[in-house]
Amino acid sequence: MFHLKKNSGMRKNNVIPGFGLSMGITITMLSLIVLLPLFSVLLTLSGTTFNDFWRVVTDEQTVATYKVSLSCAAIATTVNVVFGILLAWILTRYQFPFRRILDGLIELPFALPTAVAGISLTTLYSGKGWIGGWFDKIGIKISYTTVGIVIAMIFIGIPFVVRSIQPVLEKLDPQYEEAALALGASRSRIFFKVVFPEILPAALTGFGLAFARCIGEYGSVVFIAGNIPYKTQITPLIIMNKLEQFNYAAATSIALVMVIFAFILLFGINLLQARINKIARG
Amino acid sequence: MKEKIVKVILILLGGAFLIIMLVLPLATVLVYALRQGFETFSKAITDEYAVKALHLTLLATGITVIVNTIFGVFAAWTIAKFRFRGKQALTTLIDIPFSISPIIAGLVFILVFGRIGWAYPLLEAWDIKIVFAVPGIVLATIFVTFPFVSRELIPLMQAQGSDEEEAAALMGAGGFRIFFKVTLPHIKWGLLYGVILCTARSLGEFGAVSVVSGHLRGKTNTLPLHVEILFNEFKLTAAFSVSSILVLIAVIILILRNIVEYRVKREER
Repeated sequence: MFHLKKNSGMRKNNVIPGFGLSMGITITMLSLIVLLPLFSVLLTLSGTTFNDFWRVVTDEQTVATYKVSLSCAAIATTVNVVFGILLAWILTRYQFPFRRILDGLIELPFALPTAVAGISLTTLYSGKGWIGGWFDKIGIKISYTTVGIVIAMIFIGIPFVVRSIQPVLEKLDPQYEEAALALGASRSRIFFKVVFPEILPAALTGFGLAFARCIGEYGSVVFIAGNIPYKTQITPLIIMNKLEQFNYAAATSIALVMVIFAFILLFGINLLQARINKIARG
Repeated sequence: MKEKIVKVILILLGGAFLIIMLVLPLATVLVYALRQGFETFSKAITDEYAVKALHLTLLATGITVIVNTIFGVFAAWTIAKFRFRGKQALTTLIDIPFSISPIIAGLVFILVFGRIGWAYPLLEAWDIKIVFAVPGIVLATIFVTFPFVSRELIPLMQAQGSDEEEAAALMGAGGFRIFFKVTLPHIKWGLLYGVILCTARSLGEFGAVSVVSGHLRGKTNTLPLHVEILFNEFKLTAAFSVSSILVLIAVIILILRNIVEYRVKREER
C-alpha cells in the first residue's frame, strides 16, 4: 500500500510541464542578481591578506560600531518584544474602537520609506520637536545620541514581533486558559504559565527577525544617529564612510563580518521556525 | 471588574505606544510640510529636481516590480509544484537579500561594476555606465526586494497542492496554459499582495540606492535621496513636503494591503 502511494507520488510530479524552463529561469536570475554580486565580496577580499582583514575588522573605531549596533539593537528589540506581546494580545483578544485601524497601522514601518521615517523621527525627538522638546527641558537629549538610535530601531522592529506572535495567539485555544481560571489561577499566573510558554518560540523568532533588521538598517537610523565616531556610529555607517573614502577593501572586510553574522542569525531563526512548525502541526 | 480595568489599561498602553512610535512621526511629516502654507508646499513638490526624482523612483520601482514578479512566479512554480533535491537550499538562497544590510546590497554592485569591479573593463570597452547611473539604482532595488513576491507565493501554492494542475496536464494543456487558466485564479490575491509589498519597499529603498547612485541631482537622485539632500541642507519644509508624497503613497499601500490580506486569507481556505 505504502509502496503504491509513493509510486503514484513520483509519477504525479512528472506530469506537470515546465520544470526545466522554470528551474532554468529561477537559477539564472538568482545567480545574476544575488549570488554573483555577493560572491564579489569574497573575490575582492582575495587580494587582501588575512592580517590586513583582521586589522580592519578589529580596528578600535570599527569595534566601537559593533558595540553601538549590537547594544542598541538588543535594547530596541527587547522593548519591541514586550510591547509586541502586549499589542498582539490586545489585537487578538479584545474588541475596542479603532482596533482595525491600530491593526493596520502596525505595518506602517514596512510601507513608509526609511529616509522619511528617519528625518521625521529626528525632528520629532530633536530639542525643538514635540517629544524631544519636553525631554530637552529636563536636560535629556534624544536625537544624535544612542537613545535616538534605539528609538529608530524600535520603530522599524515593531511589525516583525507583532506579526510573529499574532497568528500563534489567534490559534491558541482559550479553553486552557478557561480551565486554569476554573481551577482558581490568577490572571497573571495564567498568562505566565499557560499563554507565555506557547508564544515564546514565536516571540523569539520575532526577536531574531527584528534584531537582524535593526543591525542592517540604515535609512531610518542614519539621520537620528548623528554619526559621531566611537559614540553614535553604527556598523552600516562606517561601511558607508569607508566607501566615501574609496577604501573598498576596508568596506568589504567589514561587510563580510556583517554578512557572516547575518547568516548565523538567519540559521538560528530557521532552526527556531522549524521547531515552531513542528509544534503547530502537533 | 478587575479584569475590565486590566483590559482598559493594556489597551491604553498599547495605543499610547503606537501613537508615540507610529502616529506622531506620520503627523510630524504632514504638519512640517504644511507649516509655511500651501504655496511653499506646492512649490517644493513641483520643483524641477523633485519631479525628476519622482520620475526616476517610479521608473526604478516599475522595472523592479516587473522583474521580481516574473522571478517570483517562476521560482514559486519550481519550488511548489515539483520535487527535487536541494529545494530547501534554493529557498534559503532566494531569501538571502532579506538578511543583508541595504548598504551591503549597494556595495556588492560597486564591487562588480565599479572602477575596481571585475566587470569594469568590459563596461569600459562598450561604454556602458551601471554604477553611479540609473541601471545601478534599478539593480540595487531589484536585489533588495528580490524575494518579496516568491515568498508570498510559495506557501500559498504549496498549501493548494497540485492536483488541478496534474488533471489539466493529463488532459493535454501546456505549462503556460495551466498556469494562466488553473493556477493563477487561485493565487491572484497572493500575487497582488507580494506585488504591493515589493512596490512599497522599492519606492522607499534608501540605503542600497544611496551607495550606487552617485547623487547627481536631476539624474541619479531618487525621491528618498532627494529628501535626504533637502534635509541635510536644512530645508526642513521642502524635505517634509516631498516626504508627504511618499507618506501618501505609503498610506494608500497600507490600505490596499489590508484589503488584499483579507482576500488572501479567503484564498487560503
